[in-house]
Amino acid sequence: MTEMLKMNGIQAINAAMFEAMAADDKVLVLGEDIADREGGGVTGTMKGLSTKFGDHRVRTTPISEQAIIGAAIGAAMAGYKPVAEIMLMNFTTVAMDMIFNHAAKLRFMSGGQTSVPLTIRTLTGAGWQTAGQHSDHLEGWFAHAAGIKVVCPSNPADMKGLLMSCIADPDPCIFVENGMTLFVPGEVAADQGPIPLGKAKVVVEGTDLTIVTWSAQVMRSQMALAGLAEAGISAEIVDLRTISPWDKETVLASVVKTGRALVVHEAVRNFGPGAEIAATINEELFGQLKAPVKRLGGAYCAVPFAKVLEDAFVPQPDDIVAAAKAMMG
Amino acid sequence: MPELSNAPVPSPETLVDIYRRMVRIERNDDAIRQTVRRGRLTMPYYSARGQEVIPSAISTLLTKDDQICTIYRGIHDMVAKDMPLRPLWAEIAGRVDGTCKGKGGPMHLTHPESGIMVTTGIVGSSMPIANGLAWAAQLDGSKRVVIANFGDGASNIGAFHESLNLASIWKLPVIFVCQNNGFAEHTRYENATSVDFIAKRAASYNMPGYTVDGNDPLDMYAHAHVAIERARAGEGPTLLECKTFRFLGHVLGDDDFYMTKEEKAAAMAKDPLPALRASLIADGHATEAQLDKIVADIEAEVADAQEFGLNSPLPDVAELRRDVFAEEIAA
Repeated sequence: MTEMLKMNGIQAINAAMFEAMAADDKVLVLGEDIADREGGGVTGTMKGLSTKFGDHRVRTTPISEQAIIGAAIGAAMAGYKPVAEIMLMNFTTVAMDMIFNHAAKLRFMSGGQTSVPLTIRTLTGAGWQTAGQHSDHLEGWFAHAAGIKVVCPSNPADMKGLLMSCIADPDPCIFVENGMTLFVPGEVAADQGPIPLGKAKVVVEGTDLTIVTWSAQVMRSQMALAGLAEAGISAEIVDLRTISPWDKETVLASVVKTGRALVVHEAVRNFGPGAEIAATINEELFGQLKAPVKRLGGAYCAVPFAKVLEDAFVPQPDDIVAAAKAMMG
Repeated sequence: MPELSNAPVPSPETLVDIYRRMVRIERNDDAIRQTVRRGRLTMPYYSARGQEVIPSAISTLLTKDDQICTIYRGIHDMVAKDMPLRPLWAEIAGRVDGTCKGKGGPMHLTHPESGIMVTTGIVGSSMPIANGLAWAAQLDGSKRVVIANFGDGASNIGAFHESLNLASIWKLPVIFVCQNNGFAEHTRYENATSVDFIAKRAASYNMPGYTVDGNDPLDMYAHAHVAIERARAGEGPTLLECKTFRFLGHVLGDDDFYMTKEEKAAAMAKDPLPALRASLIADGHATEAQLDKIVADIEAEVADAQEFGLNSPLPDVAELRRDVFAEEIAA
């Protein structure tokens, strides 16, 4: 019997980092405030690493996002496996040239001569009233760039396993931590190892409707289950876990079973990742659908500050129930 | 700005080697321009004619293990760093035998075997990545150094400032080589840059900065020597501002309307290539016949590479799906 440990996302990420750094001395860490003298990162996910593995492998950087990602790219090209922390997802925009034009493209543009085994960890999520420049879900931006894997875990066990896979992966990965899920405890096997990238997980089985979701919306979808059951709807929840490349097979198999798909994400709905998933389901399963595929996403505005507006921005459990009811006809 | 005392002086053999590298750049550049003009190559071409001394002098001080990052106007940097010309030509022709199987082209040539790690089309982006390669060299405990090439326009990009700051605090073995040809695309230096000398900016990042005559092999060699030795000794980065002039427009086909005829004529009259040839002979470092032999060998090498590149097969369309990730993707 595997021993199960109770830990939150921060502890799970920290455990993944300790294991990865102990197992492979090519694993490096860099980012703002990440060494112990600065507190081990904004949420403390990197705590203890600089003390244990030394300042040469764990480097606090200036507030210089282009320099952080550039240094990580160069070190990765030279055989290291850097884990670069960009404190908040909105700040990745400052380093977009390095991520989009370089990290994602160098393997392709060099005809496979160079590779960039880089992991970018970053934090985001509405719900903390941090407003328009500290809460955006930009996974759609990165998923649109061929050459970078986009991972959005929803729970501590996945955070540990998926982060280990990102670090081991020969290509750049962006690992998006959601603040709303980071502090929620969950069960993590003491020997939790890598979880393959690109594989979704059916977290709740059902027969009437498939909810395709990820990150904090997995939690909100689960909170909707009571309301769905009350309405007589048996919902299946698929946690996508990896946004690019995404697990079409698992999603399509679930929709074949239920006949209905509702895609739920926190990123702004317009041109969001849900459009790609909904379009694929339509292309592949048009004749088998009992209702048009529906999308729920963030409102078409910046994430607002006022709590009432912020709550209205994010698809809430009640919104999920209402959308599902409408789809049942 | 600091001046050098006891400036290192290249040996006669090194001066001849600088000449050889310069001729290789110039003949290769001529051949590319002719081939494009004759319609046998379709590519954007950013000639670095006139800037040959800078990478040629630096490269005589580099080993095969040392690395460079360069920019879209960087074929001279690669040729100076001993890039084989056959795969270079195949790449600029978009052919399968190219360094990048035809996927990178003239603005993204890569050849790690020669230490050519990144060629970027984004102004200023050579520097952040060069820092990372230099960080790796430092972690490896090696004596490897990394050259980050860029133009004067790139010194106004945020990445320049972030990179110099990080390299300084981490004492990285990187040399920032600004090839200041006086023009950022079409914009004159003084209309876009707040300082009269880019080397002054080094002071803000607590590293040595030198303004060098980038057309003088002796001055270039001396400063590159000092910067590279400093990097190899673990003392950190140096900024070299190498003053030069590009003889041609920003991109092949541009009519240079933003340069005055006089300044261009004056620069071309001081073409460093014939000047070095004349001094090598006058100083007794080489004979006419020896230098003619160097030129003839290079002309043969360029002609061979041109034929090879233009006759290499086109890439298979299946290449579209390869090298996006390490594993091949389905769609």
